Amino acid sequence: MIEIKNLHKSYKMGSNSLHVLKGIDFSVEEGELVAIMGSSGSGKSTLLNILGMLDAADSGEYVLDGVPIKDLNETKAAQYRNKFLGFVFQSFNLINYKSAMENVALPLYYQRVGRKERQDKALKYLDQVGLKEWATHLPSELSGGQKQRVAIARAMAAEPKVLLADEPTGALDSKTSYEVMDLIQKINDDGNTILVVTHEEDIAHMCKRIVHLKDGVIVEDKKVKQVRAQQYV
Amino acid sequence: MFDIERWQEIFDTIRKNKLRTFLTGVSVASGIFILVILLGFGQGMQNGIAQEFERDASNMIGVWTQVTTKEYKGLNPGRRIQLRNENYDFVEKLHIDKLEYKSPMYRVFDTSIMYGTESGAYSIWGSSPDFQQLENAYMSYGRFLNFSDIQQKAKVVVISNKIHRELLGSIEDPIGEHIEIAGLSFQIIGVYGDVGGEREEEKIYMPVATAQGVFNGADRLNNLFFTLKPAETFEESLAESTKFTEELKTYLKQVHTVAPDDESAINTFNTLENVQRFYNLTGGIRFFFWFVGICTIIAGIVGVSNVMLIIVKERTKEIGIRKALGAKPISVVGLILHEAIFVTAVFGFGGLIFSMGLLEIFGPMVEVDYVVNPSIDFNVALTTVFLLIFAGALAGFFPAYRAARIKPIVALRDE
Repeated sequence: MIEIKNLHKSYKMGSNSLHVLKGIDFSVEEGELVAIMGSSGSGKSTLLNILGMLDAADSGEYVLDGVPIKDLNETKAAQYRNKFLGFVFQSFNLINYKSAMENVALPLYYQRVGRKERQDKALKYLDQVGLKEWATHLPSELSGGQKQRVAIARAMAAEPKVLLADEPTGALDSKTSYEVMDLIQKINDDGNTILVVTHEEDIAHMCKRIVHLKDGVIVEDKKVKQVRAQQYV
Repeated sequence: MFDIERWQEIFDTIRKNKLRTFLTGVSVASGIFILVILLGFGQGMQNGIAQEFERDASNMIGVWTQVTTKEYKGLNPGRRIQLRNENYDFVEKLHIDKLEYKSPMYRVFDTSIMYGTESGAYSIWGSSPDFQQLENAYMSYGRFLNFSDIQQKAKVVVISNKIHRELLGSIEDPIGEHIEIAGLSFQIIGVYGDVGGEREEEKIYMPVATAQGVFNGADRLNNLFFTLKPAETFEESLAESTKFTEELKTYLKQVHTVAPDDESAINTFNTLENVQRFYNLTGGIRFFFWFVGICTIIAGIVGVSNVMLIIVKERTKEIGIRKALGAKPISVVGLILHEAIFVTAVFGFGGLIFSMGLLEIFGPMVEVDYVVNPSIDFNVALTTVFLLIFAGALAGFFPAYRAARIKPIVALRDE
């Protein structure tokens, strides 16, 4: 599903250049649930942003679902994101003046799905994350866990090939974190490919594979026995 | 533009950002409102001044004399030039086909007038029947002087409403009453009023020959007044009256032996030249109002631009989210511009309709000196609205375009 070869990325910080990713080789099969771990500054979020085409790599190859991702302009990147990817952010990134349902329906708007169908689908996905009754509420009226579940519903609504989650539990307490992980595991059970960036060990062990990043390179890549989040909920 | 989905998205956004929408709208609507009211009053002032000017015959040419300032043909400077009946008769005969109204004038100031025990000091103007038209006087009672009064040198006078009130206040209709001027009795044949107001009502008219006889004027005159028949256009009228004035001056200088380059002995005034000045004045006023109006519009444009900048800034994160969800840059720019244009258009036309309605309803009620029926050219107002919409769109475009270009990850980080 994802093929990465020799990926480099550096940021300019004034006159200094900060080399964040120093040659990443990495691949993900369909249906995998991968945790990307590392301390802060290890480059894990940068990697995820490049995977999500939110940021561009300096050099290296990236193939997503058989499509080489290179020389992207914004329009093309937007098309790919819409077609291939769903995002879950640490800070939820819901549009604050739109209701839960409208937030979930937004990626469908960019897929040019009709209004009625959009609403039906949005309600369906909200139902899946258990928030159907909250459909008309604004993000400000929801708890952190609820917001993240809305964000997950929004990411799933576009029916992406890969779900990218950047610290999805970073802003949540542990009980809510497990609820969110439980949801992610269930989505993975349905065959969706998911990448989760986290720096929490327990969250990482709820995935099926852990990739450790340190100083811009992969230092460890191992399959683990998945811990089900269900039991902690 | 006709994308129904986009419209729905915009209405959603507007419904949920009422304050933002309202503020954008008010800056647009107030700009239009101020411009329309301003230009309306500019037009109103122009109308008012035009009306003010219509009060006297606007193409009147007058002659008065002073002393010579130049030696000529052995005659010393400082000689007083006196107009005489023959001068008037000559001009009248020579230009009879061109003249519309004409009158000689023999004037005596501060003459004591008595009626019974009442008395007052007024000026006596000996003139011809045409003077009514020249002065734009209207009759309240009776009639003005007529041809046979002149022929018979009749001892008749036309008094003003003011004199009627001051001297003959007890008599409703003073026609046929006699007043005493310089020890002689004169019959009142008419009472006039002047649209120019009270200051124009200090005069008593009588036939010019009568005045000359009573006040030992012999054949002396103070002024000559003429109006020419109007030509097709203002420019032609002006050219003709300027030519006539020059001919008149040349003739008078010749018969009174005045140096051709002596500008002080024989003086003329030509109200048409004043009219020209008045045209220039209203031009100036119009220019001023346009200038202020355009400044207002520029202020409006700056206001709209500011609001647009703030809106885009405020929505940077939202733009990032939309882009992460698959919005193309063009669709982001489109969304913001579409909303901006829609809001400016609705409020722009709202302000236009409101202000024009105000002018239409209250304009005719305005009764202030120099402001008459303020109104505005609809096309001008409409153009302004479109200009503002265009400016708003342009002002929104650049920040929106820039925001759409920045990487979603940067936009998402924006707090």
